[in-house]
Amino acid sequence: MTPTGDELTGRTAAGLAAMVRRGDVSAVEVTEAHLQRIAALDGDVRSFLCVGEAEARAAAAGVDAARARGEALGPLAGVPLAVKDMFCTKDLPTTCASRILEGWRPPYDSTVVARLRAAGAIVIGKTNLDEFAMGSSTENSGFFPTANPWDLGRVPGGSSGGSAAAVAARFAPLALGTDTGGSIRQPAALCGVVGLRPTYGRVSRYGIVAYASSLDQAGPFATTVADTALLLEAMWGHDPCDSTSIPSAPEPVLASLEDGVAGLRIGIVEELADVDGIQPEVRAAVESARGLFEKAGAEVDTVSVPSVEYGLSAYYVIAPAEASSNLARYDGVRYGLRAPAAEVAAMNAATREAGFGAEVKRRIMLGTYALSAGYYDAYYGQAQRVRTLIIRDFARAYRDFDLLVSPTSPTTAFGLGEKTADPLTMYLSDVCTVPTSLAGATALSLPCGLAPEDGLPVGIQLMGKALDEVTVLRAARALEQELALPAPLPEIRVPA
Amino acid sequence: MTGEAGAGLGQELITTIGLEIHVELATRTKMFCGCPVAFGGEPNTRVCQVCLGHPGTLPVPNAEAIAYAAKIGMALGCAIAPSSIFHRKNYFYPDMPKNYQISQYDIPLCTGGAVAIETDGVPAAVGITRVHLEEDTGKSLHMGGGGRIHGADYSLEDFNRAGTPLVEIVTEPDMHSADQARAFATELRATLEALEVSDIRMEEGSMRFDANISMAPPGRLGAKVEVKNLNSLRSLHRALAYEEQRQREVLGDGGTIEQSTRHWDERAGVTRPLRTKEHAFDYRYFPEPDLVAIEPPADWLESIAASLPELPAARRRRFEEQFGLSAYDAGVLVASRPAAAYFEAAVAAGRKAEPKEVANWLANDLVGLLTKRGESIEACAIPPEHLAELVDLVAGGEISRLQGREVLDDMAAAGAGGPPPAAIVEKKGLRQLSGGDELAAVLDEVIAANPDVWARLRAGDTKPEGFLFGQVMRATKGQANPSAVRNLLKTRLDG
Amino acid sequence: MSNPLTRADVEHVARLARLALSEAEIEQFTTQLGAILEHAARVAALDTADVPPTSHPIPLANVLRADERVPCLDRDVVLDMAPAAEDGRFRVPRILGEEA
Repeated sequence: MTPTGDELTGRTAAGLAAMVRRGDVSAVEVTEAHLQRIAALDGDVRSFLCVGEAEARAAAAGVDAARARGEALGPLAGVPLAVKDMFCTKDLPTTCASRILEGWRPPYDSTVVARLRAAGAIVIGKTNLDEFAMGSSTENSGFFPTANPWDLGRVPGGSSGGSAAAVAARFAPLALGTDTGGSIRQPAALCGVVGLRPTYGRVSRYGIVAYASSLDQAGPFATTVADTALLLEAMWGHDPCDSTSIPSAPEPVLASLEDGVAGLRIGIVEELADVDGIQPEVRAAVESARGLFEKAGAEVDTVSVPSVEYGLSAYYVIAPAEASSNLARYDGVRYGLRAPAAEVAAMNAATREAGFGAEVKRRIMLGTYALSAGYYDAYYGQAQRVRTLIIRDFARAYRDFDLLVSPTSPTTAFGLGEKTADPLTMYLSDVCTVPTSLAGATALSLPCGLAPEDGLPVGIQLMGKALDEVTVLRAARALEQELALPAPLPEIRVPA
Repeated sequence: MTGEAGAGLGQELITTIGLEIHVELATRTKMFCGCPVAFGGEPNTRVCQVCLGHPGTLPVPNAEAIAYAAKIGMALGCAIAPSSIFHRKNYFYPDMPKNYQISQYDIPLCTGGAVAIETDGVPAAVGITRVHLEEDTGKSLHMGGGGRIHGADYSLEDFNRAGTPLVEIVTEPDMHSADQARAFATELRATLEALEVSDIRMEEGSMRFDANISMAPPGRLGAKVEVKNLNSLRSLHRALAYEEQRQREVLGDGGTIEQSTRHWDERAGVTRPLRTKEHAFDYRYFPEPDLVAIEPPADWLESIAASLPELPAARRRRFEEQFGLSAYDAGVLVASRPAAAYFEAAVAAGRKAEPKEVANWLANDLVGLLTKRGESIEACAIPPEHLAELVDLVAGGEISRLQGREVLDDMAAAGAGGPPPAAIVEKKGLRQLSGGDELAAVLDEVIAANPDVWARLRAGDTKPEGFLFGQVMRATKGQANPSAVRNLLKTRLDG
Repeated sequence: MSNPLTRADVEHVARLARLALSEAEIEQFTTQLGAILEHAARVAALDTADVPPTSHPIPLANVLRADERVPCLDRDVVLDMAPAAEDGRFRVPRILGEEA
């Protein structure tokens, strides 16, 4: 099927913003082109839960009117943005891909969405995700799974699968995701796009439905590192509505993007280079990245960060524990689904049984157990101490290195239904991404080409210490330049 | 559910009482959001997405609430933790917007204080285990069962109160009688009143008491019975006295008391067991990830300490020392903040009258009068300067005490802006005859009119003195100063 | 391989978490959660005696707000999304017993 409006839907966000600013094209035209592409192709990918056509057109018209009035335009004026359905949007439903919030409209906007709207971005729709951000394939969505644009029989990754797929399919040049254990980075790798997890506290969590409060962080998806930095700068910064947001203003990252990696000390994490079930092409991609970094002037070596091996065990206690508490509010009393019952506790239980999918229920059960009397110390308490060990290990590594490298995901995109039988199998997809989340640090997944055997995208993870997005982005940019990948549009392939 | 074996008849039982007090803070806004704090009003009109627990919302602590909590802790002699954190207390209930309450658990804001009390002249100290901050729940209205939760058909939830800052104060189990519990509660209430951190109206729920009471022979621990629904200090006393008696009877008969919760029924004057769910109370506390630590800086703590007002204990001591009041009188005055303020203003305005006199007039005459008129000392129309003037007039002998009461009645009736006592005395011609020629002249007339009585008096018979005295009083229409008359009579008799 | 989790445990936790699990779910979760907990228990053996827990990845303190009013939500907006409302309040089925 031939994509329509190709002129506009293949461009970078920076490119589109410049065109709109110059008046080469109207915001309405840009929005229209993307809406048409979505209408033509998203039936197969199903990256959107909801496309806000009327709202997007109105917002685009607003940008055009502002430009006509001679007003200064924001840095993202006229650029379409796909928003993971975990972010509250006043004008569009916010469901977290759960039946328990089907059709719910928040009475307020999340801070991030409000800021991006103020920057002129056009919210094109809400993207699909694993229900309440719990999953690594978007198959846990309460409504339907999203397909990987590179192969419609495969998963886009998760939990931000819809956003990653939307960017990969060029339905929007930019998208928002959330990353708790890897939910931006892993789908970015599987869909061949750039995804960044900022340092915990960099981006406001106010208005982002909470999954695991001490791990959740919002971040950008884009097709290029420069676009990623552009979106990051427009969305991050202190928010008085979020007590955990870092008070000091972040340093700009766009300005230093082209600084290169000469003299940078880069460490390949031993324990993650060869994890269980790693695909040979993924291992190879990290090795060739090493060569490219060295060519660009960096010093590359291997480094041991032993406690990353415990990351999954700690994560799959801490995240469900916090989630079990965060999801207690879905009880059929004030909003959302209510299942009838004669008595309130029964009503709560019936509502949650009907409204939550299996994975959400599993994690709530796991988390409740880990916090319950007699088990707190052994599970939750111990996991929090392991978290400290991981932080210390990373601190040790960062004494000798500026940046750490690993695969993002052990494999390329797996088939729909392939890993759904056993939850543990799915959890293992997060082995490389979870440690950064536990440490509260920052990491980015950069596409480094298609695996020769299956033609599917491979992503490489660049990890920086907390607050060091500058180094991560500039290293990503350098590697992106060295890779010099063509930017193919995936042909939306229907499985044979 | 632990039980304590009965003590058998006649064995000595010691009562042990601990109190848990929740105080709603009178800040402008809620603990974690900017909704206003107030009592009453239309349901669900003081709510926002944060205090309703909407998805995606986050709490931000109210600085003033923390200051108030620190003030309370300091006033109760507690240490303020250099670093304290919030915890989540997880349980499901329809008045809980998030189905967890943000509270404090093992690292509260304040610990380790004490409050001095006195019952029947016997002093005691009640330890304060902790003072911490948390958020209040919404309010349930139970429909169809006569308002009680049991037998209701359904319930209606109002979240106006949800998120109101609450301070929880927990005492050591240092009280051993209903009297001591009430004395503590009274002193606590007076202290909170002085701090101006809460409306402290038990009838409105801004101050709530739960009590734990157990009884056991000396050296043993009894099973704790929690008593709820204590809506006034009087209920607190009655309920604890009742429960003490009930437990004594049960144990005396060889029965056991089980750890349980009971509800005080004010009308029936009894406690009744409350049904509690078996799997209750696994609150799964864990540190609140959405909030960061509270680490009060030294200078902030100093300014809070400096801002503490004179507390009741210190004020009582000062009233005793500075004004020479008895412990009892000082206690009565200090128990009411407006009365204490009125007292000091009156003393400052007075000239001849001793503070003791002012205290007397205030506590007995004025308060009694106001109570009869259904008025309060807070809204008293008579300015303290006028009371002072009245007391001065009596102290100076210009009017009698009896006349003074009459003037006071007039002043109260006149209301705000009424004339000062001197003017009333003038208008009514009440000035007492205290001496000089006028009184002497009256005495002469009375003596002249009663020669036989005078002769008997001069002969040494003291009995008719009262009669003569009365005659002088009658002749002066009660306006003669009694002691002046007596002195004059004595002088005459001697002379 | 012994399961750290019994069926009774699962039923108890489901009650605490207000989840009306089906029979099939109880069985399935007993197995699956047991396996996950076994995996998690790998860290139980680690010596963390002198290691403090991390509950916040970034060390912040004293983030507060001033005691100032902010506009509330309109009651109509609030109650429009309620599954059941009456007389300006949220209506719920009867509550048996006290809290928890």
